Amino acid sequence: MEALHFHHKVNQRAAGTKVMAIVGVVASGNLEVLVERILPESDCELDIKTAAVGFGAVWEQVVADFVELRSPGGLKLSVNDGGARPDTVALRLAQAVRLIEELDP
Amino acid sequence: MRTWREAGDARDARIDAGKALAKHKLVEARDAVALLEAIIRPGDRVCLEGDNQKQADFLAQCLAAVDVHRVHNLHMVQSGVVLPEHLDVFESGVAKRLDYAYSGPQASRIASMLFGGKIELGAVHTYLELFARYFIDLTPHVALVAAVSADREGNLYTGPNTEDTPTVVEATAFKDGVVIAQVNEIVEHVPRVDIPGDRVHFIVKSDKPFYVEPLFTRDPAAITESQILTAMLAIAGIYAPYRVKRLNHGIGFNTAAIELLLPTYGERLGLKGKVASHWAVNPHPTLIPAIESGWVEQIHSFGSEVGMDNYIRARSDIYFTGSDGALRSNRALCQTAGLYACDMFIGSTLQIDLQGNSSTVTSSRISGFGGAPNMGSDARGRRHPSDPWLQAGKEADPDAPAPMRRGRKLVVQIGETFGDSHAPLFVEKLDAIKLAEKIGLELAPVMVYADDVTHIVTEEGIANLLLCRSNDEREHAIRGIAGYTDVGRGRDKKVVQTLRERGVIRRPVDLGINPLDADRNLLAARSIKDLVRWSGGLYEPPSRFRNW
Repeated sequence: MEALHFHHKVNQRAAGTKVMAIVGVVASGNLEVLVERILPESDCELDIKTAAVGFGAVWEQVVADFVELRSPGGLKLSVNDGGARPDTVALRLAQAVRLIEELDP
Repeated sequence: MRTWREAGDARDARIDAGKALAKHKLVEARDAVALLEAIIRPGDRVCLEGDNQKQADFLAQCLAAVDVHRVHNLHMVQSGVVLPEHLDVFESGVAKRLDYAYSGPQASRIASMLFGGKIELGAVHTYLELFARYFIDLTPHVALVAAVSADREGNLYTGPNTEDTPTVVEATAFKDGVVIAQVNEIVEHVPRVDIPGDRVHFIVKSDKPFYVEPLFTRDPAAITESQILTAMLAIAGIYAPYRVKRLNHGIGFNTAAIELLLPTYGERLGLKGKVASHWAVNPHPTLIPAIESGWVEQIHSFGSEVGMDNYIRARSDIYFTGSDGALRSNRALCQTAGLYACDMFIGSTLQIDLQGNSSTVTSSRISGFGGAPNMGSDARGRRHPSDPWLQAGKEADPDAPAPMRRGRKLVVQIGETFGDSHAPLFVEKLDAIKLAEKIGLELAPVMVYADDVTHIVTEEGIANLLLCRSNDEREHAIRGIAGYTDVGRGRDKKVVQTLRERGVIRRPVDLGINPLDADRNLLAARSIKDLVRWSGGLYEPPSRFRNW
């Protein structure tokens, strides 16, 4: 296992009012993303636990693109990764933000 | 003095030698090896029928068992190198030279035998190209083919898997060759005549039915969300704007995902009746939901698919069927249909380089390409217009005067940026080129050439290469959808942004795709069992795909 942590300053707060959402599953080649609206609106943090060791540089880029594309201000994302490919990671992160952007019913 | 029928006399001598073992045309299975030894001469060109689906497997075993002192140095000219026996004959020296088109399961062994000098390679062809050469410079002296049944006159019934047989027999029988058929059974009357008996010289009843590989069956349960996202991109970004009605789908999970999204996502986009109605494609089980939902007008097929026979019989409005009600497939004609009458080919590959050349050959696996290089190429001889073809031509050359502007076939390569074992789809240099250097091939085994590819689709987006005006633009259009591969990470972000503004690159968000929709619930069928249900119980999947 490898633990990675990323902190980004973000221009915009994530839309919506939900405080928590979860997508994906912990399985080989897949990942689970828990997203919580618990940070100041200018911040975004990711805590990653991954089964694949040595991919820090790729994670850094996936996360940077994600922050730039989705403006996830105020969100903390906790990732449990079972060695997913970067395309799956990017898709799950996008899904997590879309889910928390929904209005709380 | 030349008699001008020396080849005919030689054929008659071969047939006479075989007749000693036959009752009329019928040879017992136990005499089949002796029959081959009597008929085949050293150095003969032999077509052992087999492609990516059906196999003359009994005759393959017999050929592998002949006495190498009597039969050797054969030149095998065959579609598929698929069975172990297809290579055993090279190990033993029965065969020496090989011209072929496809080798799925034997791809590693064929590579090691080429490196070891056991095989003298002619070329790796496309199917249609090899068939063409059967009539010009690779005409078989002997053809060993497979059929479902034969009558005593030698009329053959090939059933749904007619595939290559008519082409192989045509080239052999009409140019002084000998045709030997293995059949599952001898009958009084064949259900329909696929091959007339006067073209068939010997029949052997095999102990078991000839083998057919269910190569085109994709289990929906194995389709990933990335593949669904990629399929949505293809539908929204290519099928919809070009209004592609006439098309071919390659093998693979990406195109299977597209087939399963037509009745759901395609329906939502209002595309029913406007796209994907006329097909050159095998009877893919994953097309059943689209057929049942009324998307498909008609399908012509290269071969059949295991388990689809009853469904096809019950849907003769859609498929080509014979007087017996069963599918009639024909690889040569379907390949021609795909080349000249389809506006799009879409399929997967293993490696794409910075200009868009692609290949499924890697350093340790020499799989042939089957039909992909033919399907995935622009037909320069095409002369009839259609909207997608004209639109693609216009995008490639907007300034040319319309009446003199060629259209373009849409040739689409689709896949996720990383494949099995995290192998990157995008590479600086194809393994195919390294391989050609290693074994001294004059021509690298490229599946689809860059100048034929019009679009590349990954989960990151679509690159429209028709809109690129320089090699540098092409390279960045490709880097811009290459995700987190080394090629993708080597992009100049500003250039990629400019290409996106020009519509050369389109992202999911540019096409209104919500990533939350990339969910398995969007598939019209999520399992093989769902496909059986859609078919009303007519589809009978092979046991390896049944888990209930």
